[in-house]
Amino acid sequence: MYVAVKGGEAAIANAHSLLADRRRGDRSVPALRLDQIVEQLALGVDRVMSEGSLYDRELAALAIVQARGDMIEAIFLVRAYRTTLPRFGYTKPIDTGAMLVERRVSATYKDLPGGQLLGPTFDYTHRLLDPELAAGAGVAEPLRRETEAQAMPRVSAILAREGLIEPDGQMPQDHVPGDITREPLEFPMARDIRLQALSRGDEGFLLALGYSTQRGYARNHPFVGEIRIGEVELELDVPELPFAAPLGTVRVTECQMVNQFKGSAKAPPQFTRGYGLVFGQSERKAMAMALCDRALRASELGEDIIAAAQDEEFVISHSDNVQATGFVEHLKLPHYVDFQAELDLVRRMRAEYEARENPARVDEKREAAE
Amino acid sequence: MTDIATYNFAYLDEQTKRMIRRAILKGIAIPGYQVPFASREMPMPYGWGTGGVQVTASIIGPDDVLKVIDQGADDTTNAVSIRAFFKKVANVAVTTDTASATIIQTRHRIPEHPLTAGQVLVYQVPIPEPLRFLEPRETETRKMHALEEYGLMHVKLYEDIAKHGRIATTYAYPVKVEGRYVMDPSPTPKFDNPKMHRSPALQLFGAGREKRIYAVPPFTDVVSLDFEDHPFEVQTFDQPCALCAAENVYLDEVILDDHGGHMFVCSDTDHCEKRREEGHRGHLAPEIHLASEKMEPAQ
Repeated sequence: MYVAVKGGEAAIANAHSLLADRRRGDRSVPALRLDQIVEQLALGVDRVMSEGSLYDRELAALAIVQARGDMIEAIFLVRAYRTTLPRFGYTKPIDTGAMLVERRVSATYKDLPGGQLLGPTFDYTHRLLDPELAAGAGVAEPLRRETEAQAMPRVSAILAREGLIEPDGQMPQDHVPGDITREPLEFPMARDIRLQALSRGDEGFLLALGYSTQRGYARNHPFVGEIRIGEVELELDVPELPFAAPLGTVRVTECQMVNQFKGSAKAPPQFTRGYGLVFGQSERKAMAMALCDRALRASELGEDIIAAAQDEEFVISHSDNVQATGFVEHLKLPHYVDFQAELDLVRRMRAEYEARENPARVDEKREAAE
Repeated sequence: MTDIATYNFAYLDEQTKRMIRRAILKGIAIPGYQVPFASREMPMPYGWGTGGVQVTASIIGPDDVLKVIDQGADDTTNAVSIRAFFKKVANVAVTTDTASATIIQTRHRIPEHPLTAGQVLVYQVPIPEPLRFLEPRETETRKMHALEEYGLMHVKLYEDIAKHGRIATTYAYPVKVEGRYVMDPSPTPKFDNPKMHRSPALQLFGAGREKRIYAVPPFTDVVSLDFEDHPFEVQTFDQPCALCAAENVYLDEVILDDHGGHMFVCSDTDHCEKRREEGHRGHLAPEIHLASEKMEPAQ
């Protein structure tokens, strides 16, 4: 008998309560607190803040719990919340040169003003599972540097003194920085818009594209000029005040790639730059972003566009994981109306095909039917 | 943290609604033209109708009566979910009755009951660009629209005829609006295309992920593309609805068993129920009056 899809409402409510149950899991296990996630799953929280475009550790932690640890779902929760927030204004550009640095490495100079600072990195850990961690072993307090932090000029500034590297890109005088959360994306786009899109783009997607440039699909000969992670101050111009009001600090990761460039009709031989900047600590993402940024500058630098990573529409249209997951997953919504239309067409075309291939059999059938 | 998350009437803030209304007005002024708009993240995923939801949220007022359908049905899960969303964030009256709704948000169908002046039909659109599958680049397709360069589309339709003997597009069948823009009618079956032509209702289309809004004002020409010797045709069904015996409506195929048994029923559930209330009976209609509505879902 025909049991209609009636009762969607009850089914949805039941699904939600089952989801809540599965999310909580075994009730005899203590529930996660948000501060535990903020403190102990900090890099996951950073990724949600970065791709969710909202710098709020507590909300990111809440999103991670609510999403059962599904990062893209958590990013989506944060995005859907941040889009409803009123916009008070835009802060002044952050000065990463004045960053309170916790980690800073350069692959182009052995030593440089401010020095190399390894900071909290996985880089030289041996990836051996640590049973003591499972047993909840205590962790010693870290050592603290006695001296005042030195000034740490950015590597790009050091190279620029010799004129070997292109200067910071200049936007036209009347250029107002775009805002991809308030204006629709339109192609081709200026680099500021592109960098915004890359900064909230999916880490995995940018990683794969960045990797593809290293393997020869639009190779751009990169060196890590510098990666730095630390706190930078945010300042807001308030019309009533004669100075920019400090709002607090945010933690960011910045990557400056230095790329060889033989010169073209449009630009002289020099080192060019790819730039990555993301919220929190995420070197992988910042580096992948810098590789993609450089690849996407192909037309600006007069390079041939031969690979996916150089194709602005391809990269930017598909880098947003909230959009991507939505459209991929929407395929599970009902499509029976369209499918019916296709069924009808395929049935008709098959009938015609059979009539063409086996005219005799069709005739027999017809006779039998008659 | 419970007190921080409060939402405006119909979820979106008023500045956003104004921005979307401007896009809608521009769309109405240039029928069939895709207006870029700063689509917001919505609390449901892209692909679930975020464009339609944003359009509805921007035009809905406290006095509106909202109907939401998906695949023609009021009771598919996503239609239920979107209706519940507006009940919650806008506290508006909702209905399943096509005639009494002031706003109808739809995915993949146009109701069978003719729409009237004053009604607004809001379509959820996945890919607003009718030329997208012929040319993936937005920069190119915008140029093609600007130059009214639709040869590629006609070539595609011609190739269909050359290969298959017919135009092999069954849904999202391209239309020309007011003699100018080629437009994607959203993935409605081509059966519904003639209903768009000179409809007294305002038709609005929202594509959230692709950030486009377009519109067909009331009484606007909407012509399905075709050739003189291969005129546009809609789907026909060999049998009437098994529940209400309606003919010349769009039917869904329902599988009854694993021996190839199937039946065809109205895709528009409201239309089907109304007809059964009027006493129409199909050959598989249940004995008990409207028994199917009283059944609880299989969990």
